[in-house]
Amino acid sequence: MKHVMPLSPFALEIGGLVKRFDRPAVDGLDLKVRTGEFYALLGPNGAGKTTTLRMIAGLLRPDAGTISVAGIDALADPAAAKQIMAWISDEPMIYDKLTPREYLEFVAGLWGIAPALAEERAQELLSWLDLKPHAHERCEGFSKGMRQKVALAGALVHDPRVIILDEPLTGLDAGSARQVKSVLRERVKAGGTIIMTTHILEVAERMADRIGVIAHGKLIAEGTLEELRLQAGRTNGGASDGASLEDTFLALVAEQAQAA
Amino acid sequence: MTPGTAVWFARHESRLAWRDWLSMITAGRRERLRRVVIAILVFAIFMHFVAYWMVGRYADTPVDTSMLVTITASVLLSWLLMISQAMESMTRAFYSRSDLDLILASPVAAQRLFAVRIATVGVSVAMMAIPLAAPFIDILVVRGGLRWMGAYGLIVAMGAAAAALAVAFTVALFRIIGPRRTRLVAQVVAAVIGAAFVIGLQVAAILSYGTISRVSVLQSSAVLSHAPDLDSIVWWPARAAMGDWLALIGVLAVSCALLVAAIALVSPRFGEYATAAAGAAAVSVSQTGRQSAFKKTSPRRALRRKEWTLLRRDPWLVSQTFMQMLYLIPPAVLLWRSFDDGNGAYNLLVPVLVMAAGQLAGGLAWLAISGEDAPDLVATAPVPAGFILRAKVEAVLGVIAVVFAPMVVVLAMLSPWHALVASGGIVIATTAATAIQLWFRSQAKRSQFRRRQLSSRVATFTEAFSSIGWAATAAVASVSLVLAIAPALIAFLVVAGAWIMSPRTAAA
Repeated sequence: MKHVMPLSPFALEIGGLVKRFDRPAVDGLDLKVRTGEFYALLGPNGAGKTTTLRMIAGLLRPDAGTISVAGIDALADPAAAKQIMAWISDEPMIYDKLTPREYLEFVAGLWGIAPALAEERAQELLSWLDLKPHAHERCEGFSKGMRQKVALAGALVHDPRVIILDEPLTGLDAGSARQVKSVLRERVKAGGTIIMTTHILEVAERMADRIGVIAHGKLIAEGTLEELRLQAGRTNGGASDGASLEDTFLALVAEQAQAA
Repeated sequence: MTPGTAVWFARHESRLAWRDWLSMITAGRRERLRRVVIAILVFAIFMHFVAYWMVGRYADTPVDTSMLVTITASVLLSWLLMISQAMESMTRAFYSRSDLDLILASPVAAQRLFAVRIATVGVSVAMMAIPLAAPFIDILVVRGGLRWMGAYGLIVAMGAAAAALAVAFTVALFRIIGPRRTRLVAQVVAAVIGAAFVIGLQVAAILSYGTISRVSVLQSSAVLSHAPDLDSIVWWPARAAMGDWLALIGVLAVSCALLVAAIALVSPRFGEYATAAAGAAAVSVSQTGRQSAFKKTSPRRALRRKEWTLLRRDPWLVSQTFMQMLYLIPPAVLLWRSFDDGNGAYNLLVPVLVMAAGQLAGGLAWLAISGEDAPDLVATAPVPAGFILRAKVEAVLGVIAVVFAPMVVVLAMLSPWHALVASGGIVIATTAATAIQLWFRSQAKRSQFRRRQLSSRVATFTEAFSSIGWAATAAVASVSLVLAIAPALIAFLVVAGAWIMSPRTAAA
């Protein structure tokens, strides 16, 4: 049975999300991401970004709160939510002994995609990500960039509506990073929603429609780059018009640290 | 202490080895140390009783050919196992990057460290063998006199010779087949080298005497009549163990000379080999030329197929997982030999099959359930967690069925009753081992297969005792179903105990 919430324009709605380990990692987080939006989640190390994304992807069970993906209650009906989501972590976990093509066939099998459609998409993705010459090589000899591209192809082969990425560009060379960014842009153009954490602020600045800043498990600021600049300048004068996202981000985090 | 000297490196290596060992026996939790020490002491005392029962009566046996043959065979088997261990360590030393980048980039003479590292392999192999042999040697010393102390010296000599041989073999492989294949071949050889000796003796015993006991070969008139004279150099290791000090000095001198020669020859080029080994992984490109269309499949079938493909394509894992299957060779030969005369050998076959099934299922279940290299991918698939586990369990059961069905079918043609008991035992032992792995599952890389026991000793021991219990049950059941109730109850209690002690139950 599908647990569908009232029709929502949001690809993701999080309410009062809490996760504690030895200390609160996520502490009453509220977050809304619109359908077709590229949303970047920023925050210092240990802010709770990865924990949040892992809860959205169904890899961690929250202690409290609600998660709705495109109107589907992800906690009550995780399988339905997972059907329209894809998750990519910073450390691409793929099978060394499978080839990229076999990996995509396996992922398509898990998501129950019709073989003909899956194969067509796999061919497209392999070409798009320059993996075609390596389609029949086992992944064990691949560089990190190639492994990340295989993982990305796997995430896209089932045509997800919501893609969740945790530091997807870490360790990639300039060429691979550009390819990944290009693929992500295309997904957003096609109406997909992307939620991504990154430490590369330039990526968030250039690609994201909206940026959320998280610290100590709470959302401390959210909006477009302009809105964030305004918020940072208003509070402590740490950032001004034309300030880079880096200045803005550091000002917001410093303000939160002072408040804490 | 002057940094960069061999002694300084030796101190560094021994500190690392000590901490590694401590972490291994306490599973990384220092607060367990006291309990672990008590457990080791209890086990050591128990082993002394076992040793008394096994070798106590031989302590005063006069030196004759029969005695020398038995001791030499035991020494040879132990030495093969030590070589296996040394090869494992040597492969790790070559292929594990750990601190090699730091050492090779520093201005110290790396040759000294490598010399120490090779010597450490010899020391560690001997140190691992001594606790296992100590109960037997202690009993022989108590019952037969101090002369048996020579056995400790022999173990040191065996460790040195094993390290020398292991390093020579690994370097020879490097030169002949290259660094990429060396790792696999060395690990496979290390895995089967000890087993091959025991199995060879058993097969010889079956073919010659119709019994699975390897002792019958060693004590046979054929072997004894062809054995060298009592004063032959062949018996030096056995004589050294029995307290012939001249033989001991000779064996020690030869072994140490071998180790020193290996160190002198290999340590100057160790860095070169290690660098070649590091580069080997980067250039490996395996083509799998399948161009067939995507097949229609279900998530469950996709998971099963993935497990089988990964296992099939990893020769190292195949060699590690199916090593127990080597022990099926003697019963298979026994089965073949008994095909016509239909003697009572089937009673012996049934428990061997059940035991092997339990052991194989345990290893496969760990690979399928805990050794998932892409856990996030599988966990984010739109299928319930229970469904994924069921598919993985099916993958394990499928392999067990394929491996054991042929032997059960042949057995059924000879004795339907024994085949029925074996089938039942295989199903129960497999289910129990898989269930234990399921209850104690913890995420790990498949490459950690050899170290899986470290994550839970309870799982390791209960899995082993469960397989032994069901094998014993099957053995008794082939003779009397009523008598089999007692061992079945014990085996069931072992499995129930595992369930009670499993983390999920304990946390509930």
